[in-house]
Amino acid sequence: MKKWFRTGKPWIWLTAGSVSISLIAVIGLVIMIGWRGLSFFWPSAIHEMDIKQADGSTKHIIGEVYDSEVVPTTRLPQSMVDLADIESETVTRYLMKIGNREYVPLDFTWVLESLVTKDTTPKNMAVIERSKDGNFYGRITAVTENGEVVAKQSDEDFRKVMFERVERAVELNMQAMGLQEGEISSINYQLNELSLERRRLELQDELTEQAIADLQAQREQLNADYQVYEKELFDLREQAQRDALIVKDFRGEDVKVPMYRVLDVNFPNDMGFFAKLGHFFQQIGKFVSDDPREANTEGGVFPAIFGTVFMVLLMSIIVTPFGVVAAVYLHEYAGKNPVTKLIRIAVINLAGVPSIVYGVFGLGFFVYMVGGSLDQIFYPEALPNPTFGTPGVLWSAVTLAILTLPVVIVSTEEGLSRIPPSLREGSLSLGATKWETIWRIILPMASPAIMTGLILAVARAAGEVAPLMLVGVVKSAPMLPVDGNFPYLHLDRKFMHLGFHIYDVGFQSPNVEAARPLVYATSFLLITVIVGLNLTAIGVRNHLREKYRSLEH
Amino acid sequence: MISVNPSTSNMEKLDLHNLPAEQTALDIKNLDLYYGEDQALHDISMRIPKNRVTAFIGPSGCGKSTLLRCINRMNDLVEICRIEGEIEMHGQNIYDKNVDVAALRRRVGMVFQRPNPFPKSIYENVVYGLRLQGVKDKRVLDEAVETSLRGAALWDEVKDRLNASAFSLSGGQQQRLVIARSIAIEPEILLLDEPTSALDPISTLTIEELITELKEKFTVVIVTHNMQQAARVSDQTAFLYMGKMIEYADTDTLFTTPSEKQTEDYITGRYG
Repeated sequence: MKKWFRTGKPWIWLTAGSVSISLIAVIGLVIMIGWRGLSFFWPSAIHEMDIKQADGSTKHIIGEVYDSEVVPTTRLPQSMVDLADIESETVTRYLMKIGNREYVPLDFTWVLESLVTKDTTPKNMAVIERSKDGNFYGRITAVTENGEVVAKQSDEDFRKVMFERVERAVELNMQAMGLQEGEISSINYQLNELSLERRRLELQDELTEQAIADLQAQREQLNADYQVYEKELFDLREQAQRDALIVKDFRGEDVKVPMYRVLDVNFPNDMGFFAKLGHFFQQIGKFVSDDPREANTEGGVFPAIFGTVFMVLLMSIIVTPFGVVAAVYLHEYAGKNPVTKLIRIAVINLAGVPSIVYGVFGLGFFVYMVGGSLDQIFYPEALPNPTFGTPGVLWSAVTLAILTLPVVIVSTEEGLSRIPPSLREGSLSLGATKWETIWRIILPMASPAIMTGLILAVARAAGEVAPLMLVGVVKSAPMLPVDGNFPYLHLDRKFMHLGFHIYDVGFQSPNVEAARPLVYATSFLLITVIVGLNLTAIGVRNHLREKYRSLEH
Repeated sequence: MISVNPSTSNMEKLDLHNLPAEQTALDIKNLDLYYGEDQALHDISMRIPKNRVTAFIGPSGCGKSTLLRCINRMNDLVEICRIEGEIEMHGQNIYDKNVDVAALRRRVGMVFQRPNPFPKSIYENVVYGLRLQGVKDKRVLDEAVETSLRGAALWDEVKDRLNASAFSLSGGQQQRLVIARSIAIEPEILLLDEPTSALDPISTLTIEELITELKEKFTVVIVTHNMQQAARVSDQTAFLYMGKMIEYADTDTLFTTPSEKQTEDYITGRYG
């Protein structure tokens, strides 16, 4: 035994073992989140069930099996156990998503397996995705136009007619949305600018009759434009309201589902494997490209993806020059004395400060002090409404930049110290000053190390949520920080963030059960975004490394 | 005994201790150098003649590289280094307060022990010094590249791949590239700090031939631990030991009839 220890083999086992555990942990995490998140998008069968009730009647439901769990019998009410006549110690129960929110108190319901008397997955069962009130489940029996039936389920080309009309409605809705978010929002923005301009002139005491008349003329022009667009918008909406679907729901009643609310219709029970696969990718596509609906529990997460990436990029742009400049000073210019050492230790320790503390600092210093002063100086016309004196994407990026500054400084310094002194001497001996040497030789060669620092900074910043809650993240941002209105970049706006989205959907939503798959899907997306950002940075770094792979003697 | 380069020995011998000013490239006067408390150079005085090759020899740690690095003030980089005495160039002390160090280094080029090309193309390495001076004219740069690479006997080997990375060259080629880089800015003096110690014998021979050619245009000062090399390439040799200059004389005089016992012991291999 002693001999075996002396061979050093135990150490190999120990070290290899810890690597394996780390690997299993990482891979397990990704697989679990990926599986749970992605299976959400796979179309599940629509079940039609008969369930025994306590009063002897049966309840009829239509829906998809969302989740299932095994519960011990003791946790169930005795009446239910008696009813189901359960003798085993555990029993399976299903969480069914039954939709049809207008007609049921809750669109999710638990069903005890033993109480199900009949369970089928009939063909022709439709899932109707709606822009309001969630999914609707049932059999589509007819399509109407202005109340007149134009196609019945028995018709041969029923589905073709139906899908044509669904597409028409979706197309009209898209046009209306485009109008609303494009021209109309632009006019609103300009109107707002006009009233700010008026206030500005008033404050500067330059509000002459002439200026008032000018502003009024512009306002009238915009209002006239607005009337035209508004009419167009109402026109589109009216057209979209023409059609409706008649759906036989779980109660057996015919319900009218207006077409302008319909986003998509699917028949998952009729789908083959490839059709399901197609639907799967289509759903993922919608998830990453759509806006959220229904308090974030439905729809996509595009604004959150955009907000995350935009904020991280902004942070990188801020943190890199600051970190590099600070590292250059510390390494190249500062004297090698106790004060420098103290500063270096302080910088390294900054990385250990809890992130929420940075959030508080950001709110107090950047938002209220810096932002408040900026408002006083540059945006007095908007007061008392704050422009920069309120949380926003710029302050979030700046706060995270401070948070990640130590990482960039430390790795840049390490990079600087790895550059062979012979290269410095070579440059100096050709008559370069110290600054020229740093600029032309040292910094390019340290760029891979700078990129490493940036990679670490991005990894930390993209996953940070706590400080952002204080300095700019919101549950739902009406507008992206980038749009078509001058000056195109609106750094004062609040933004959405995937990390906060996970928190919001998972813990603040009205139906936590329903939100769980969304939490996994969003988490998986967040990991994907961070990995994507990192891979980009690693790619750049490897390219730089290759370029400066130097002096390996 | 060590054989002395015949071309060198045929040169007119100079009176090194009473060298007239117009033949002097550098006049080192009572130079002392301290690293903190330790004195590394003791009262060095010598005159280095123009357009000749001067070698510094001596055992490891004798201060020969330190002395060389005093000439272009490379020792300024060492924080604890302190210098007393003067080095005059054209009658001006290079340690004077108002001397522009960068300008001095443009006039006194240096080549180091290990080849240290920059992580750039061959072309960019050669024009680095010129770009620093703000030369942008492509024709001027192209011409300087060709002249310098020819001057460093590298042109024929690299003329077809000037845009290749400098790291793609062999060690000997890299060292010649560094020499080309130095002579591109046309310094008056070229300092070579053991330029062949990291190279193979064939590359060494090429560089030694090059040094002999270089002295037509530049004053060359070379530090070497290799006595045969000093004998082959230099016109006069200084022998340093423990930070003191023991003997400074014509190369063939120093190697054939050294006047100091320590010099004789060193060149006959009794220590070092």
